[in-house]
Amino acid sequence: MADTIFAVSSGQPPAAIAVIRVSGPGAFAIVERIAGGLPEPRRASLRRLRDEGGATLDSGLVLCFPGPATATGEDLVELHCHGGRAVVAAVEAALATHPGVRRAEPGEFTRRALTHGRIDLAEAEGLADLLEAQTERQRRAAIGAVEGRVSQALRGWMDRTATLSAAIEAMLDFAEEDDVPLDAAALERIRNEMDALGRTMLEAVDRPPVDRLHDGIRVVLAGPPNSGKSTLLNLLTERDAAIVSPIAGTTRDRIEATVLRGGIAYVLTDTAGLAEDTDDVIEAIGVTRAQEAMAQADILLWLADTPPPREDALWLHSRADLPGRGALPDGRALAVRRDDGGSIAALWEVLAARAAALLPREDALGFKRHQQDQCRKATLALLSAPRADALLMAEELRLARQALAALLGISATETMLDALFGRFCLGK
Amino acid sequence: MFDVVVIGGGHAGTEAAAAAARRGAHTALLSFDRHGLGAMSCNPAIGGLGKGHIVREVDAFDGLIGRAADQGAIHYRMLNRSKGTAVQGPRVQADRRRYAGAIQAMLAAQANLTIVEGEAEALVLEGDRVAGVQLADGSVLACRAVVLATGTFLGGRLFRGEERHLGGRINERAATLMAQQLRALGLPMARMKTGTPPRLDGRTIDWARLDEQPSDSDPWTMSPMTASRPLPQIACAITRTTQETHAIIAAAFHRSPLFTGAIEANGPRYCPSIEDKIKRFSDRDSHQIFLEPEGLDDPLVYPNGLSTSLPTDVQEAMIASMPGLERAVITLPGYAVEYDHIDPRALDARLALGALPGVFCAGQINGTTGYEEAAGQGLIAGLNAAAHARDLAPVILDRASSYLGVMIDDLVLQGVTEPYRMLTARAEYRLSLRADNAESRLGGIAEAAGCLSPERLAHRARRLEQRATLRDRLATVRTASDLARSGAAIAQDGARRTAYEWLRFDGVTLAHVAPEAAEGLDPAVVAETLEDARYAPYVERQAEEVARLRADEQILLPVSLDYAAIPGLSQEMIDRLSLARPATLAAASRIRGITPAALSAVLLHARKMAA
Repeated sequence: MADTIFAVSSGQPPAAIAVIRVSGPGAFAIVERIAGGLPEPRRASLRRLRDEGGATLDSGLVLCFPGPATATGEDLVELHCHGGRAVVAAVEAALATHPGVRRAEPGEFTRRALTHGRIDLAEAEGLADLLEAQTERQRRAAIGAVEGRVSQALRGWMDRTATLSAAIEAMLDFAEEDDVPLDAAALERIRNEMDALGRTMLEAVDRPPVDRLHDGIRVVLAGPPNSGKSTLLNLLTERDAAIVSPIAGTTRDRIEATVLRGGIAYVLTDTAGLAEDTDDVIEAIGVTRAQEAMAQADILLWLADTPPPREDALWLHSRADLPGRGALPDGRALAVRRDDGGSIAALWEVLAARAAALLPREDALGFKRHQQDQCRKATLALLSAPRADALLMAEELRLARQALAALLGISATETMLDALFGRFCLGK
Repeated sequence: MFDVVVIGGGHAGTEAAAAAARRGAHTALLSFDRHGLGAMSCNPAIGGLGKGHIVREVDAFDGLIGRAADQGAIHYRMLNRSKGTAVQGPRVQADRRRYAGAIQAMLAAQANLTIVEGEAEALVLEGDRVAGVQLADGSVLACRAVVLATGTFLGGRLFRGEERHLGGRINERAATLMAQQLRALGLPMARMKTGTPPRLDGRTIDWARLDEQPSDSDPWTMSPMTASRPLPQIACAITRTTQETHAIIAAAFHRSPLFTGAIEANGPRYCPSIEDKIKRFSDRDSHQIFLEPEGLDDPLVYPNGLSTSLPTDVQEAMIASMPGLERAVITLPGYAVEYDHIDPRALDARLALGALPGVFCAGQINGTTGYEEAAGQGLIAGLNAAAHARDLAPVILDRASSYLGVMIDDLVLQGVTEPYRMLTARAEYRLSLRADNAESRLGGIAEAAGCLSPERLAHRARRLEQRATLRDRLATVRTASDLARSGAAIAQDGARRTAYEWLRFDGVTLAHVAPEAAEGLDPAVVAETLEDARYAPYVERQAEEVARLRADEQILLPVSLDYAAIPGLSQEMIDRLSLARPATLAAASRIRGITPAALSAVLLHARKMAA
């Protein structure tokens, strides 16, 4: 039998209240002992919580949810206690004294929900993101997944794929049956529907993935030594993240700083100056790492006076506050000055515009990168199937089904057979 | 002392007995009646889509069904002729008496095989292993392994309208005692339902009014060992249900044991009774009915598509409402059978019962339907029963090798919720599992198992040599302009490819790339190789999938794994995994409802156990 698990579900104490969730086959029995009797299901009830020795731990609300119609699919209890560290620790300790009861591993509530079929894989991933969401946009994208918008879309595509598969399989496996249309026109219709479905999926999927919402937009500052990269980093982060000095090569390695701005997470990376030839081994390593960072950048801020190495780089005229650098030379997007907050705000505007293009639209379905990859695999199969060859169309539909089933965690063949026998009158 | 005793003389039992004997096991075949061996108790046809594939696969192991089908065939039809060979299904109508006669003759000629008439009453156990079979007359057949191929005879009950009978086929006894013993052993068992249509007297059918379906004119055979078709070929006919038929049936729904609740077991969705079809698809105004002759000198006709358990008077009215059958006489009314089967998840990939070493199960007892499915399981159970008794290597087929592998994997991992029938849609690697390449796919395994006759071995050697010769001849490099000169309509991309590679392009034929290559070779070998070439890109892509599958098959799961102790698995998953006891992680991943998250939990737990 599975263990009964518990965890504080309301964020780390101290806080006004703390919600401790207990889930598993023993949840009711344990709470009955701690709270001295169980309240009616799904009704909040004030109870005194006691340890094994009868000493009062706290008084709080107790809510019981009988499985399987609960978040985890198991019997579930919520204890709403006072949120002091000592209270929470005492209640947790009292729970843990019972055999078969233990503190939940990270993500274990979600995993139980998944394994009991309360949520599917896509929803589980969405939930994990929701719990970790830092920004409002992250939260909304994650909510989208938890509420099953992503799953709903995937399931809808799976249904359509299974239906098309079933139509073809009926032609292949029940050719003798009079219920199965066998003409070239029917085949052509199915093929056209494969195209339509493939295009719908491609349109929904071929958008920036949500991963960047969580990981942050990678902004890399690069240029030759002493071009003002670290100064700019500090201006952007509004703190002294990087050591700034007039000595060339002060930044030996990459420095990363996370900035939340306008609901978007940015990871700013300061790099070692790209010295052409250096005898300093450490500086040479720094340069190599800087080049790697530049290659991986979502947005590259280029601070040199020579043209940038990437066409999409944002070429900045840095240190515009220094004598002789007042005018904006050709090709530069912006000038930044240490003494002008407006120039930094302008840079942020440009960054925000660039970032918006890299993020999924707020109302768009938030697919993760691996979901996109599987969906693209399915799309490729749907769109590349040869025409007028039922067998090869069926093969491509099988690949599409398999790709989608992997995301939804269901059996591809069974789904298709259900569609097959549900729709056609087959068999003699 | 026998090595193997096979209980049951149907398609599973006869195939199992012959296979065990071919592997050198001293074998007894136990049946109520030696003249009933090889009886086709339902429709007089062998093969079809998916099923024809299995016949060819059994034949590649030198099994009986393909050769017997040719000996009895009075009508050949290659289904799906217009589609790719991967889904073409060879099917024959067989003369019932001649088919059974062919099976009986082959069994009589088989070395190491004794036919015993009698009723198996109980298994004799020594500890937890089987030691023999006790007969109803009190005698005992001592043995090392038993194959149970009892068909619908285990706890069989017949239903027709308000009538009830005990038995597996009409007018035959049921093996009730054996069923009780298996239940008492605590084996997981359930009930299943199947049905059969009324039989008609062909002399009372107005054939002239019906559409004819002639036999295929090209001379293909079920088995390559059949030199030519021995019997004259006759036509089938097609009639249809009418509005009147549907009204008659609908008015009698309340008298069908299917709808009154008398039959609770599941029937197959793909072979529904006529009353089921009328009820579920009420929008359809007509269903096709194939009239299949049961023999050359037998007036009986099997109306395929009319399986029913309605009362006799309703069956008579229903038959009379169809064109050409207005005056047709029913010689034996249709009926439904409910019977016991073992949950096949209690079996392993050898079809051996995990709980009772030495006992193998094949055919309807495992919840399948169809002669071909039964014969296929009989073959595998027989080969492995012989292996068990004589300490030989087991014969285990995977999903990438054959329909037999697909079927057994489905059965032992998923179990059954309705009688299991083969469909080509069940095979992921369908493009490479063709009816025409069964010998190439399985010949090596069959040869290694030592179950091929000298004639078959010689045939196989000849085939292998011819295949190699042809591939050699197709290795010559041709340019796009070479092909254009010989009349192929292809893009002039200046490419240089081997003749074999060119054959995958639409419209490119052997005549374009290597007109002489087929000279002196068996047309079947040439056709198979051309088909290989045509689907090569897809087969290569599937080969990568197969490689991944076989890698996961290397990760073994301990038999003793306690799934209930794995945190996070739902009760449903625990049940499914515990019943199927997957041998490998790949097998576990194929069990329905097992999510990737659950799979990683299983793997982690198994690793922890091993550490």
